[in-house]
Amino acid sequence: MPAVQETIDRVRSIDIDQYKYGFETVIEMEKSEKGLSEDVIRFISAKKNEPEWMLEWRLDAYKRWLTMKEPEWARVDYDKVDYNDIYYYAAPKRKGPESLDEIDPEILKTYEKLGIPLREVEALEGIAPERRVAVDAVFDSVSVATTFKKELEKAGVIFMPISEAIREYPDLVKTYLGSVVPVTDNFFATLNSAVFSDGSFVYIPPGVRCPMELSTYFRINERDTGQFERTLIIADKGSYVSYLEGCTAPKRDDNQLHAAVVELVALEDAEIKYSTVQNWYPGDNEGKGGIYNFVTKRGDCRGARSKISWTQVETGSAITWKYPSCILRGDDSRGEFYSIAVSNGMQQVDSGTKMIHLGKNTTSRIISKGISAGRSQNTYRGLVSAHKKAKGARNFTNCDSLLIGDQCGAHTVPYIESKNASAVFEHEATTSKISEDQKFYCQQRGLSEEEATALIVNGFVRDVLQQLPMEFAVEAQKLISISLEGSVG
Amino acid sequence: MLEIKNLVVQIEDNRILNGLNLTVNDGEVAAIMGPNGSGKSTLSYVIAGKEDYEVLDGEILLDGQNVLEMAADERAAAGIFLAFQYPLEIPGVGTMTFLKACLNAQRKARGEDELSTPDFIRAVNAAADKLEINKEMLKRALNVGFSGGEKKRMEILQMALLQPKFCVLDETDSGLDIDALRIVSEGVNALRAQGRSFLVITHYQRLLNHIVPDTVHVMSKGQIVKTGGKELALELEASGYAEYRTSEAA
Repeated sequence: MPAVQETIDRVRSIDIDQYKYGFETVIEMEKSEKGLSEDVIRFISAKKNEPEWMLEWRLDAYKRWLTMKEPEWARVDYDKVDYNDIYYYAAPKRKGPESLDEIDPEILKTYEKLGIPLREVEALEGIAPERRVAVDAVFDSVSVATTFKKELEKAGVIFMPISEAIREYPDLVKTYLGSVVPVTDNFFATLNSAVFSDGSFVYIPPGVRCPMELSTYFRINERDTGQFERTLIIADKGSYVSYLEGCTAPKRDDNQLHAAVVELVALEDAEIKYSTVQNWYPGDNEGKGGIYNFVTKRGDCRGARSKISWTQVETGSAITWKYPSCILRGDDSRGEFYSIAVSNGMQQVDSGTKMIHLGKNTTSRIISKGISAGRSQNTYRGLVSAHKKAKGARNFTNCDSLLIGDQCGAHTVPYIESKNASAVFEHEATTSKISEDQKFYCQQRGLSEEEATALIVNGFVRDVLQQLPMEFAVEAQKLISISLEGSVG
Repeated sequence: MLEIKNLVVQIEDNRILNGLNLTVNDGEVAAIMGPNGSGKSTLSYVIAGKEDYEVLDGEILLDGQNVLEMAADERAAAGIFLAFQYPLEIPGVGTMTFLKACLNAQRKARGEDELSTPDFIRAVNAAADKLEINKEMLKRALNVGFSGGEKKRMEILQMALLQPKFCVLDETDSGLDIDALRIVSEGVNALRAQGRSFLVITHYQRLLNHIVPDTVHVMSKGQIVKTGGKELALELEASGYAEYRTSEAA
């Protein structure tokens, strides 16, 4: 049937190499010397006008890092990173902006292209003014703008680049930085502790419901740089915050390293909702280029009845190594992890979560949806553990994998450890393939092959998409279908 | 309406249809009966455009246009509808979402405007009432957890909504109890009209008591071996398929 052959050819001609955020912005950058040394760390710290204690913290981390080995247990295979061939600091040359007007127009243009409403005016009078989001945008190593700062101040919310917080709120930073992800936690987190250059800091005072969604946008622009942002969010007693994170990077033939650390602290009755749409450049169809995304994200439900919820939609990166986790320390606290991980082309994903039940009657819920297409490999790795005192701990885990085509792989590696007889852990897992029969059924009703695939995939990820804030959900849905373009036929 | 000429089809070197000829006129309800393995389901899939089958020779003309050159979704937009013997489940996709996506895809392919949401909902509700499909069912994921009878009623609902020209019913009666059979048949009968033809594939005469055909064809070994009026179905019910199973197709 000629028409069918045509369809196949057309589909084959589309490859995943259509990364629409893959442009580069030409601006003058100031960089540290290549490679890592005490001098480079001192340079970064000096650039940030950091107090002595921060420098010491970094240097300790660096010394520790020198003794550590890169982890190899994940189901990913990549050329090892040459840590001496990376710039650990890169910043636009013009001085840090006092107000939005002082930001380099080239950077503003970049964010405009990415659809980030940096200018408050634009955000206020923009196309979709009904929902406002405060944005902190991180361009390579530095935070270039934080919008809605004044309005947040009125509510008592602190939302600023972490480099500023170190200077302005040293006590808060000292108390919480490294308290969830210790400096010694793992190879990448320790590296981050030594060299992190910027990221966001959020503090929500007791009883305050943050008046708007907070958002960070990360952008890697400069060649051969690593991005090592550090995010710290503290929700004080009875407060609530919803935080969104998005990421992009230019297309490049070589691999770039992204090793971030995110720490969340929820005190008594506080709730943090953290959503990520990760769309780093995944490399081309043959696996050339792309971001190595080695990220440590952890939330500490420190107070009783606190709640932390991670929602992630991961479609980018060449290699993903990421396990947003919850430590359920407070009694009756709750952790949630909702994840959609899409892999296509030659992408490799090893992602999942850890739910560590320490307090009494703690509950957790894990819903993970892995979608593999092309020649990609997609692994869910999760740990649920109950410690001796975690009386009445409960977990429900549901891991579903969907395969598109016959050259990809899906793997599920759940670990369950229970030291308390009263803990109840449930685990469900399925692996399915979009069947030709399902596709034919949809096509018989008038949907094209790609529409049919998108519909079936959207059905598969529905439970998780529902967890995302509205406009993010729409974006995520689009992203998933773009990521899967060329995966049928 | 539909004309099949010398259709030869194989799957994995296995010849299923051997030069099949069949004509269904405008407004006609044609029944195809025949023993297991005679190629009835293959015929329905080949008309609808399933890809697993290799068409070696012949034509399928819908209003003179050869549909063999069209993809399954193009055939759907051209008016071919297949009510599946085993309707597929689509987890997570709400029935209404599915119906709307399909209807609008077909309208778009034909260059028509999308149906507005209120009009769409009205159309679905009207069709659902006739088929005694309750609203709760429409809120669930398509066919997931539906009983056999519910799935078949959902097929007819889709048919009513999409208003196809040429409807193929592949053993729609299988798995239906008496009441469901009556509801489904009434649904089909309500759609009988000038400008719409049906090909009803079944093993049993009982469906044809409800959906009374204009013509009955007997299929054996990939060919139509006998054609008659509705009385032919009664004869088959009495004599069985033994004659057609043993005799070599001419």
